[in-house]
Amino acid sequence: MFDSLSEKLEGAFKNLKGHGKLTEINIATSIKEIRRALVGADVNYKIAKEFTDKIKDQALGSANVLKSVKPGELMVKIVMDEMTALMGGDAIGLNMTGKPTVILIAGLQGSGKTTFTGKIAKFLKNKKKKRVLVTACDVYRPAAIDQLTVLSEQVGVEIYKEPDNKNPVEIAQNAVVYAIEQKIDVVIVDTAGRLAVDEVMMNEIAAIKKGIDPQEVLFVVDAMTGQDAVNTAKVFNDRIDFDGVVLTKLDGDTRGGAALSVKYTVGKPIKFISTGEKMDQLDVFYPERMAQRILGMGDIVSFVERAQDQFDEVEAKKLEKKIKKNKFDFNDFLKQIDQIRRMGDLKSLMGMIPGMGKLTKNLDIDNNAFNKVEAIIQSMTPEERGRPELLNMSRKKRIARGCGHDIHQINMFIKQFDQMKKMMHMMSKGNNMQNMMRNLERMGGRPGMGR
Amino acid sequence: MSFFNKFFNKKKEEDLQEGLQKTKTGFFNKLSKVVAGKNTVDESFLDDLEQILIQSDVGLDTTIKIIDRLEAKVAKDKYINIDELNDILKNVIVDLLDENKTVDLQDFEFDTSHKPHVILVVGVNGTGKTTTIGKLAYQFTKRGHKVLLGAADTFRAAAVDQLKIWSERVGCDFYSKGMNADPAAVAYETVQYGINEGHDLIIIDTAGRLHTKLHLMKELTKIKNSIDKKMPGAPHEVLLVLDATTGQNAIEQARQFTAATEVTALALTKLDGSAQGGVAIGISDQFKIPIKFIGLGESLEHLQVFNKKAFVEGLFN
Ligand SMILES: Nc1nc2c(ncn2[C@@H]2O[C@H](COP(=O)(O)OP(=O)(O)OP(=O)(O)O)[C@@H](O)[C@H]2O)c(=O)[nH]1
Ligand SMILES: Nc1nc2c(ncn2[C@@H]2O[C@H](COP(=O)(O)OP(=O)(O)OP(=O)(O)O)[C@@H](O)[C@H]2O)c(=O)[nH]1
Ligand SMILES: [Mg+2]
Ligand SMILES: [Mg+2]
Repeated sequence: MFDSLSEKLEGAFKNLKGHGKLTEINIATSIKEIRRALVGADVNYKIAKEFTDKIKDQALGSANVLKSVKPGELMVKIVMDEMTALMGGDAIGLNMTGKPTVILIAGLQGSGKTTFTGKIAKFLKNKKKKRVLVTACDVYRPAAIDQLTVLSEQVGVEIYKEPDNKNPVEIAQNAVVYAIEQKIDVVIVDTAGRLAVDEVMMNEIAAIKKGIDPQEVLFVVDAMTGQDAVNTAKVFNDRIDFDGVVLTKLDGDTRGGAALSVKYTVGKPIKFISTGEKMDQLDVFYPERMAQRILGMGDIVSFVERAQDQFDEVEAKKLEKKIKKNKFDFNDFLKQIDQIRRMGDLKSLMGMIPGMGKLTKNLDIDNNAFNKVEAIIQSMTPEERGRPELLNMSRKKRIARGCGHDIHQINMFIKQFDQMKKMMHMMSKGNNMQNMMRNLERMGGRPGMGR
Repeated sequence: MSFFNKFFNKKKEEDLQEGLQKTKTGFFNKLSKVVAGKNTVDESFLDDLEQILIQSDVGLDTTIKIIDRLEAKVAKDKYINIDELNDILKNVIVDLLDENKTVDLQDFEFDTSHKPHVILVVGVNGTGKTTTIGKLAYQFTKRGHKVLLGAADTFRAAAVDQLKIWSERVGCDFYSKGMNADPAAVAYETVQYGINEGHDLIIIDTAGRLHTKLHLMKELTKIKNSIDKKMPGAPHEVLLVLDATTGQNAIEQARQFTAATEVTALALTKLDGSAQGGVAIGISDQFKIPIKFIGLGESLEHLQVFNKKAFVEGLFN
């Protein structure tokens, strides 16, 4: 999809190499590439411009870029560092000094507020050992209260709700009073989604804030948001002066330029990221990973995470044994294919491995690459799948008829399968799969992507 | 046309204008500012235009295309006034929207040559699927059709309740097997129920899912196939719901959902916000799928059929 930015930049610098000296023009060309990458990632146009102008000054100021053997790489490093610094800064946790601590959640419709309310409640309860109360202040969306009720049950915290009260300010205030009575540590207030241009609703959220004087106001924003992220963040910040940002739906393939736009516009820290629909899919924000992601660079960490997510220790042990005994069969092969598939889109997976972007750019990797193999295996009898050595000519002919491929293709596949089996058997004597996974883990992975 | 109809159509237009107000002012104001004090189409004008288009989420490729076409139509450095320029730009965009050869709906309508007509609604999380279904059911019920909603989002907390409340608001029928039921089975049984009960239209809600999750996309294919098994040829429409605030990821959503379910139409929601809705232009440029509906708010009436001309007029007039 996106060839790595550094390659493009190398390209921009290449022309001049022959001519001896790198000039301002070459830097300008590469700056343009960087700007395009940012805009393609949904970073706001104006911000992308300001940001790259700054980078340009830095690059021109640093004699290193012009002298460097790989000026493109160096430029990328400057961009990465600058972006990481911009999005990061001091990691600030939640202000938990209130008695009780009150956390107000706000944002656009469908951004993930209610889901996040459940997640943060679970986090505070389990990890911080707090008594938590969630509060249902969305009096508009059908079944909004039911939704939060279900989530509160799932994570095992108490919920405050008043199904017949249509005044969210009152509900929020009553919840805080209740929390004081009940000696609850943290009150999390979920609110209805609202548009920044909706005066009435913006007044409402300002009134809720005023009514409960929260220690933390969190603005929830969908990572897929486009250019509008800037306007929305600005208005919400003007009206409720939020303390931090929650970036949701990062489990998809959005490049997430909204993260940079929002941080740049309002200067508030991104405190959490949300990476799925399940209640434990909550994480702290890693500015460096985000910078890589926005720039469309290989993201080995995500790759490892996805691999781990699909990794089943028990299955792997079984498989290892089978390989060692040279008993790897077609059923195992099918399982492997399925695992790779479950990790996601093949091309985007390849793109996550640094350097692979270039290799796979012109290759037409399609996600159906395995279909043929699967069709062949599925045309075998269960017995044949478990005992590859059974496959004689007449059986192969029958399989060929069954899957609609010709006999040469069947032969070729079986030959490849045998070779692979041999190779795995050999490898299994030296290294083992678990070590391999452990090594991957050391590279910085962490389980927990999913649904 | 009856008085009531006329009145209603008028009201519809006002709604659309109201909803697109922000989009409109944004786009047009910026454009006027760019053009003000300038009377030639020069580099810096084109740069400014690029900025406006991109800030409307039109996307880089389509923006470049629009600018190239504008350049081809307007002699460079020649004097031009703002009205002329507006017209030319408007035409360039309408032509671009027209190129994918999709025909605009005139009113809320569906193919009645078979019964029931089945619509499957899909999309990523939180785009407005369930709400759009409620709004559609309202329009069709109001037009005298017997409508049934099927709750095949059995995953997200209270999703079934949410759809049920919509069906009650609208006064249409509702079928569910509760939470955690197999969504393909729900879809199958909904169609079966609709056939038995003589419904004209069945709309099936599905759980939001990111297009990168292969197992969930497979699940969607399975839901679709199970509907086809009950009623060959169904679903007759697959409606992909896109959020207008979404940036370039919407393109990938359109691509992946189409791959999994052969999307036949798009709905673009939340156009009442400050997002410019430029994705509509970007997507029309790259796909042959018609945009059929636009969402302009959270209540029953806030849905319109999409009209290219009106949409672009709304941006410029
Ligand atoms: N894939 C994914 N889905 C998410 C994430 N966070 C929330 N969702 C889903 O996004 C959809 C909307 O989430 P909600 O929590 O209902 O959003 P909300 O902001 O409360 O919505 P309103 O109250 O209607 O404004 C649901 O389908 C959630 O399951 C996330 O990090 N990843
Ligand atoms: N302003 C505005 N809000 C909308 C529009 N359409 C939907 N919404 C709101 O967006 C939020 C999400 O809508 P849903 O219909 O629950 O979205 P969904 O796609 O079914 O969500 P999941 O099933 O969780 O994936 C709700 O708060 C809706 O009220 C629209 O056109 N304009
Ligand atoms: Mg909510
Ligand atoms: Mg829904």
